[in-house]
Amino acid sequence: MHEEKLVKEIKRTALQIRKWVIESIYRAGSGHPGGSLSIADIIACLYFHEMRHNPKNPKWEDRDRLVLSKGHACPALYAALALSGYFPVDELKNLRKTGHFLQGHPCMRKVPGVDMSTGSLGHGLSVAVGMALAGKIDKKDYRVFVILGDGELQEGEVWEAANSASHFKLDNLIAILDRNGLQIDGPTEEIMHIEPIAWRWRAFGWNVIEIDGHNIEEILDTFHNIKKNGKPTIIVANTIKGKGVSFMEGTLSFHGKAPSHEQYMKAISELEQEERELDV
Amino acid sequence: MFKEKRNLRDAYSSALIELGNKNKDVVVLDADLALSTKTKRFGTVFPDRFFDVGIAEANMMGIAAGLATCGKIVFASTFAVFATGRCYDAIRQSIAYPCLNVKIVATHAGVSVGGDGASHQMLEDIALMRALPNMTVIAPADATEMEDVVPEIANYYGPCYVRIGRADAPVIFEKHGEFKIGKGYILKDGDDVAIIATGTMTAEAIKAGEILKKEGIDAMVVHMPTIKPIDKKVVEKASKTGRIITCEEHTVIGGLGDAIAMAIQRKPTQMHRIGINDVFGESGEAEELLEKYGLTAENIAKVAREMI
Repeated sequence: MHEEKLVKEIKRTALQIRKWVIESIYRAGSGHPGGSLSIADIIACLYFHEMRHNPKNPKWEDRDRLVLSKGHACPALYAALALSGYFPVDELKNLRKTGHFLQGHPCMRKVPGVDMSTGSLGHGLSVAVGMALAGKIDKKDYRVFVILGDGELQEGEVWEAANSASHFKLDNLIAILDRNGLQIDGPTEEIMHIEPIAWRWRAFGWNVIEIDGHNIEEILDTFHNIKKNGKPTIIVANTIKGKGVSFMEGTLSFHGKAPSHEQYMKAISELEQEERELDV
Repeated sequence: MFKEKRNLRDAYSSALIELGNKNKDVVVLDADLALSTKTKRFGTVFPDRFFDVGIAEANMMGIAAGLATCGKIVFASTFAVFATGRCYDAIRQSIAYPCLNVKIVATHAGVSVGGDGASHQMLEDIALMRALPNMTVIAPADATEMEDVVPEIANYYGPCYVRIGRADAPVIFEKHGEFKIGKGYILKDGDDVAIIATGTMTAEAIKAGEILKKEGIDAMVVHMPTIKPIDKKVVEKASKTGRIITCEEHTVIGGLGDAIAMAIQRKPTQMHRIGINDVFGESGEAEELLEKYGLTAENIAKVAREMI
C-alpha cells in the first residue's frame, strides 16, 4: 500500500488536471472533455509517481515513454506536462490557438514532453511496440506506456500491434485501456462490440489486469506490481467518461464539445468543491 | 547499348549490409516479403536488428516510427503497392507528420511486376508519397545508383520513399558517388527537346536519345532520381529547349510529370507526359506491358518527333 500522503497529493494533482482540461477546452471553444477527464487519474499517477522522466531533459534517452494513442484526450496530457514543468502552465490557456504550440492533437515536434504525435486512432500501439523494441535492442530498462481508447480497439491495426508485441516478448510495454464505454456514436457495445476484452487480449498473449481507473491506490499498486514475465501487459481501466463533472459524467454529449460559459463555471466550482473536501 | 544488367534489390541488400556494418543504429523491417525484397540477407547477417512483422504493413510503419523516435535509422521494406497504398495513413500520421527518420524502400513498383496484374502493379505511389510534407521521393535508375542511394538517405535525417522495380535493369552508371538527394543529371546535352526520366524509364530515355540522334534530332536526356525535392535548375535548363517529355513507370497523374510542371509553372513549356494514362495495369509479360503502355524508347522518340 502507498502512503496516504502520496495518494492525497496525486488526487490533488488529478483535480488540477481536470480543472485545466475544462479551462483549456472552454477557452479553445472546442476539444474533447469526456475522454480527457476519464484518464485524468491515470495520467496523474503516471507523471507524478510511476514514470521515470525529467522535465528539464524531455529527450532523456533512458526516460519512460508515453504514447497517448487516444490523442484527442491531450488536454489531460498537456496539463500533466505543464504541471510537471515541461512548459509554463499559462500556455494551457492557448490550446488550439493559431500560432501557439498546443495543437488539438499531440505533436511531438511542437510540445516538449510529448513522445509521439497521435490523433488518428489505431496507430499508437504500433509505435509503442517500436519504442519497446528499441529498448530491447539497446538493452535499456525504460518502459513504454500507451493509453488506448476503448472504441479504438475497433481499428484493425491495434490487433496487428497486439500480436507483434507478444511475438517480440515486449514485457517493457504497458498498455492502459480507458474503458469508459462510450464512443462518438454511442455505447461501444452498441456501435461495435469489443467484449470480452480481457479474453481477447489474453488470447493475443498479454497479461491482463482489470482495475478501477479512478481509484488512485489501485492504479499505483497495479503499476507497482507489474511483473516482467516476457509478456506485454494491458491494464483494463474501468472509467467514467467525463469523470469529476456531474453533468458530463457518463454522457455522450461531451465527447467532443466545449462547455458553455455557464457549464464551465459549474464544472470549475464542482472541482474546487472536491478539492476543498480533500483538505478536510 | 548497355553492357550488363543488374538487379536493384540485390544492390539494396548489399548496400544495407555494408551500412549495417558501419552503423549500429540501422534497423531493418519487412512484412513477410523479405526474400522478395532481399532484406532477409540483412537479417541473416544482423539478426538482432532485423524484424519480420508478418503480413501487417501498417503495423510495420508504426513500429518503424517508434524505433525512429529512439534514434534508430529504420529501413522498412515491402512491395510498393502495400508500402504506400495500404499504409498511407500510418505513414502520414506516424512518419511524415512527426518527421521521423524512416526510410521506406519499396520494391516491385510499376507494371513490369508482370503476371500478378493490376492488384500488384503500383502506379500511384510517387503521387501519394509526393503529396506528403517532409517526404523525400527517390526512384533510382540502376544498381550502381541504388548502392549510393542507401548510404545517402541514411546520412540524411527525415522520411524518405525509395521505389524500385522487380526486374534486372541495365547498368547506366559506371562509377559510384554521384547520387545526391535533390540532384538531377543531364546525361546528354541537346537543344531540340528534353527527355526527363526517372527510375526504370531512364534507360529507355537514353536509348530514345540515341535513336533521335541518328535522325538528326538533338535531344537533351535528363535522369531525375529525386522526384521530391525536384532539381529546379536542371528543369529550367531542360525547359530552354522549349519541349519537355517526361517518362515514368507510373500514372501520369501526380508523379514526375507533375513535379516538373510545378517547377516551371511561371515559365510554362510545351510538355508531354509519358506514363500510364489513368488506367489500372493488367497481367502479362513485363516487356509486353511496357510496349502496350508506350513505356519504350521507340515511343519516346515518336513523341519527340511529333513535338518538333
